[in-house]
Amino acid sequence: MKLPIFMDNHSTTPMDPRVLDAMLPYFVEKFGNAASRNHAFGWEAEEAVEQARKQIAKLIEADPKEIVFTSGATESDNLALKGVVEMYKEKGTHIITSSTEHRAVLDTAKSLEAKGLATVTYLPVDKQGRVNPEDVRAAITPKTILISVMLANNEIGTINPVSAIGKIAKEKGILFHCDATQGVGKIPVDVQAMGIDLMSFSAHKIYGPKGVGALYVRKKSPRVRIVAQMDGGGHERGMRSGTLPVPLIVGFGKACELCELEMPAESARLAKMRDRLQAGIMAALEESYLNGHPTERLAGNLNISFAYVEGESLLMGMKDIALSSGSACTSATLEPSYVLRALGVGVELAHSSIRFGLGRFNTDEEIDYTIKKVIEIVSKLREMSPLYEMAKEGVDLKSVQWAAH
Amino acid sequence: MAYSNKVVDHFNNPRNMGSFKKDEEGVGTGMVGAPECGDVMKLQIKVQGDTIVDAKFKTFGCGSAIASSSLATEWLKGKTIEEAHQIKNTDIVQELNLPPVKIHCSVLAEDAIKAALADYQKKAGSK
Repeated sequence: MKLPIFMDNHSTTPMDPRVLDAMLPYFVEKFGNAASRNHAFGWEAEEAVEQARKQIAKLIEADPKEIVFTSGATESDNLALKGVVEMYKEKGTHIITSSTEHRAVLDTAKSLEAKGLATVTYLPVDKQGRVNPEDVRAAITPKTILISVMLANNEIGTINPVSAIGKIAKEKGILFHCDATQGVGKIPVDVQAMGIDLMSFSAHKIYGPKGVGALYVRKKSPRVRIVAQMDGGGHERGMRSGTLPVPLIVGFGKACELCELEMPAESARLAKMRDRLQAGIMAALEESYLNGHPTERLAGNLNISFAYVEGESLLMGMKDIALSSGSACTSATLEPSYVLRALGVGVELAHSSIRFGLGRFNTDEEIDYTIKKVIEIVSKLREMSPLYEMAKEGVDLKSVQWAAH
Repeated sequence: MAYSNKVVDHFNNPRNMGSFKKDEEGVGTGMVGAPECGDVMKLQIKVQGDTIVDAKFKTFGCGSAIASSSLATEWLKGKTIEEAHQIKNTDIVQELNLPPVKIHCSVLAEDAIKAALADYQKKAGSK
């Protein structure tokens, strides 16, 4: 077993060597611009891009023409929200989204609000992190033009009832955007069955290269139109200008093809490892709490709060395992995870959370090592924690007058 | 964020981690911070005559908070009450090479020292 172990696969994934092999010819040898229509170099590049477009579309049951390449899911989210608001401003200005969306959606929505271009409803989620489709229905007004709800959450892995939301959107004739960055390639996605009109996703979360993503834009029933957010050569059917990064796109296509082929076996293997990790840790450590949904959850996700210890110190004690925490100390904002807070998790427990993100290249041996290390460090830090000592003495921590600082 | 070697050392080998009984003769206890802020420090001193003969801490918080309180106990031992009052958070920042986002850890450690001294003096005065 090689240290350090990478178990932060929601942040990014290592590229699959098979993806790299597919990309390599497109740097030096086949370097053409896919928009060059008059020579063989361009044709070769265009053919590679169209092949990738097919591979990507197939994974999500879309038509290849409905795939718009971007630099990644953040750009896709921006393009979807801003592009729709600008295109349909005569029809309405109201957007419905949820409080646990990725910052790429939330901050885009806030920016549209701040500019006076849209009003936004941020729906709450239940204790397991799911949006209630009936809440979506109730929030719809005559001015609503877009619903944007994520497929799977990046912190807690909770999977939203997207099909039910898509159905309501169709019924009401409102466009439905889904940020599926964490879901595509991990769980089956069918934009037809799910009633999705726009969908953001990215290559580097599915063992492809960083720097490329896509926005699915529905072509018929309804034909979705968006206003491009960048002016230029009119690439991607006028929706996203800029020379296509051919090697990245080829890698994105290959990554999607591999996900489609291996998804059933891979998700079963990840779920088994994740369940073992969860059971091993939670059986040994009292007052450890699962965050998120017990079953409607990505196979590779595990998010646990360990009462009385702080997340950053946990990560520091496990330096040879790459993990992430919802503690304020690990964020730039100095606020603990807004996702956990939206679930109703107390601030103390939000500070104490650790996210394990299992992926294609994790092994059983790494799981064993991680279980051992987590138990060791949590026990050590609890011995060091005045809160744990007080709890053991029977002090109710909620009754203590703390001096907030 | 990369931690300084001294922070890592205190985190891995905390000095004087533990507790005295609060009502023990000569013991002063300071508890500062709040769980919702992500750090709570408990710092205790044991005083004989005018000298701090022993100190202990327990901390809930990040590595820098743990290191700051561990260092504080190291510095307190052997100091007089008067000298202990002179320990400043900036000394801790300097010694541990704390980055700006972690300065509040040193402030909390200084507060914990002051609170422990005050508790001791209050208990000694009430006799």
